[in-house]
Amino acid sequence: MAGTRHAPRLRSRTFSGLGAAVLIAVIAVFPLVFTNPTATNFGVITLIFLAVASAWNIFSGFSGYLSLGHAVFYGTGAYFLAVAAKDWHLTGSAVFWLLPLAGAVAALIAVPLGLVALRVRRHTFVVITIAFFFIAQLSASNLAVTGGSSGLLLPVPNWTSATFNNPFYYVALIIAAGTVALSVLIRRSRFGLQLRAIRDDEDRAAGLGVRAMPVKLTALVLSAFITGMAGALWVYFIGEAFPQFVFDPLFDLAVVLMAFFGGLGTVAGPVLGALILEPAQMYLNLQQSNGYESEILFGALFLVVILFLPRGVLPTAGEWLTPGRMRRLRDGWLAWRARRTAHPPVPPAEGTPS
Amino acid sequence: MASEISRAIAAGILGGSVYALMAVGLTLTFGVLDIINVAQGIFVVLGAYLSYALSVHLHLDLLLGLLITVPAMFIIGLVIYWLFIRPLRGAERTSMTLLACFAVALIIEGVLYREFGSGYVSLNAWYTSASVHIFDFYLADIYLIGFGLAAVAFAAIYLILYRTTFGRAVRATMQNRVAARLIGIDVNRVSALTFGIGTAVTAIGGMVYGAISGGFTPNSGYDLISRLLAIVILAGLGSVGGALVAAIFMTTAEALVDIWQPDWAVAVFYLALVIILTFRPAGIFGQRAVRAQ
Repeated sequence: MAGTRHAPRLRSRTFSGLGAAVLIAVIAVFPLVFTNPTATNFGVITLIFLAVASAWNIFSGFSGYLSLGHAVFYGTGAYFLAVAAKDWHLTGSAVFWLLPLAGAVAALIAVPLGLVALRVRRHTFVVITIAFFFIAQLSASNLAVTGGSSGLLLPVPNWTSATFNNPFYYVALIIAAGTVALSVLIRRSRFGLQLRAIRDDEDRAAGLGVRAMPVKLTALVLSAFITGMAGALWVYFIGEAFPQFVFDPLFDLAVVLMAFFGGLGTVAGPVLGALILEPAQMYLNLQQSNGYESEILFGALFLVVILFLPRGVLPTAGEWLTPGRMRRLRDGWLAWRARRTAHPPVPPAEGTPS
Repeated sequence: MASEISRAIAAGILGGSVYALMAVGLTLTFGVLDIINVAQGIFVVLGAYLSYALSVHLHLDLLLGLLITVPAMFIIGLVIYWLFIRPLRGAERTSMTLLACFAVALIIEGVLYREFGSGYVSLNAWYTSASVHIFDFYLADIYLIGFGLAAVAFAAIYLILYRTTFGRAVRATMQNRVAARLIGIDVNRVSALTFGIGTAVTAIGGMVYGAISGGFTPNSGYDLISRLLAIVILAGLGSVGGALVAAIFMTTAEALVDIWQPDWAVAVFYLALVIILTFRPAGIFGQRAVRAQ
């Protein structure tokens, strides 16, 4: 895709590595600086969505198969953790050990779903993922194991309230950083190349020897594994599981918007999207007691991104900042600074009409 | 028991015709524009709320109200097409238009919450409470009226598609957009009008839905769109007649399962979809060309 081809022009690989290190360092000390529970609460949820948006991007962004059913994996992970913690009487930080298991269960669910859904393409694929989502939501409301519409409560850890959010925060950070690292690895690997070949032209890729089905399915399963872990962490953090929140149609949209906003199919795009949009949305929700205004704003923002930044902020910026423009910008700035130092602007004299 | 079954079948067929009407809008839009209008569900709810507003504030009869809501929905459809769908071009158009429709749906849902609140409302008229005695069961009059409206709308769509120059242009555009443009068809105009028609029929669907569903909220759009998508995918995208058959089949199956398992009745829709797509990825009536990338 054009956007990714232009990315190296904007910044070198070492520079982006440095940027990532700085970003991780800033995120790691964030809860030590901002100890306010509201701030760390924002942080935990944002990191969870960062992981999910990157995981969604590993499948949908790289392969071009747009999934609107990732809430199935998120919810599966969440319900697995809720039920397992209750049945096995786990509390405190022991519950965190269930996260990889929750991811594995979500990955297991992804196999049959993928085998059915990945036989179809484009619109039909999107619609069938939506259908899976509604089956999952319906099951959660009606099955006995999920507690139905009365929901499930999770054990509340007996940590001190001042630093209560911190363990969640750092576990979320580990998952998010691991997901981004995985996304970098996949993008640079032969597997990532096969995925992008499928996105650009699946039939031709198959003609060139890409075994499309296993490649697509592997990407979906990896994506589902992370999404399941993130969902499990999320449900432990909020402490309750209700079908309409665990399987929320807005969840898929939020994740897709994050990836689109930053730049679909890039590594940094979903990260940027999550870091900007999730805190913004939580802030809006905090400001307004009614849900509808944030919903209208959310939809309007979505339309603006689609209409004016169709390939996301990063690729559009990368494309706009061509070497020529960069040089002109730099030259312009240098000239401006030189003028300033040569002739410092004279402050207007007192009383002179400006 | 026997009367319950025959009642379920009758309600399934009559109600299914209304779903078919909404689904036809979806399938036409897909055929001409190659987009999936996921806002169709909320359009239906919007149509229902328009009827509700007219009947509450102007005390207008629901059927008379259609004379206002159908043109209103047609214009809303045109505006949405011109503002949000038409500008989207390029390689990622398919997914972009789908997301744009989703965003439009969110905005409409938000506006409906703002105007009408989140409580259930339902449409009432003398014919929603009165019922007729057929064989050994009772059926609300609105089912028959809905069936009649759907039949009229279907006939109108059929006549437009197969007996007018515009309809020929629509079918030509469905077959091959580039070729249609080459022979002088104004593809943009055809697309806009098709989107408008697809939206206008939801005014009828919305009115009947609001009357037979026993109550709706702005949130009902999700349930509706998932059913409609299941219907058009099952039928095969772009197939008008298929949508009718699939809609009646699905609603009848749902009504039958509802007798024994009310909680799981809706699942019939999605399970049927998954099972059929496993064996026939193009849908029952779809052509392979529709699936090709």
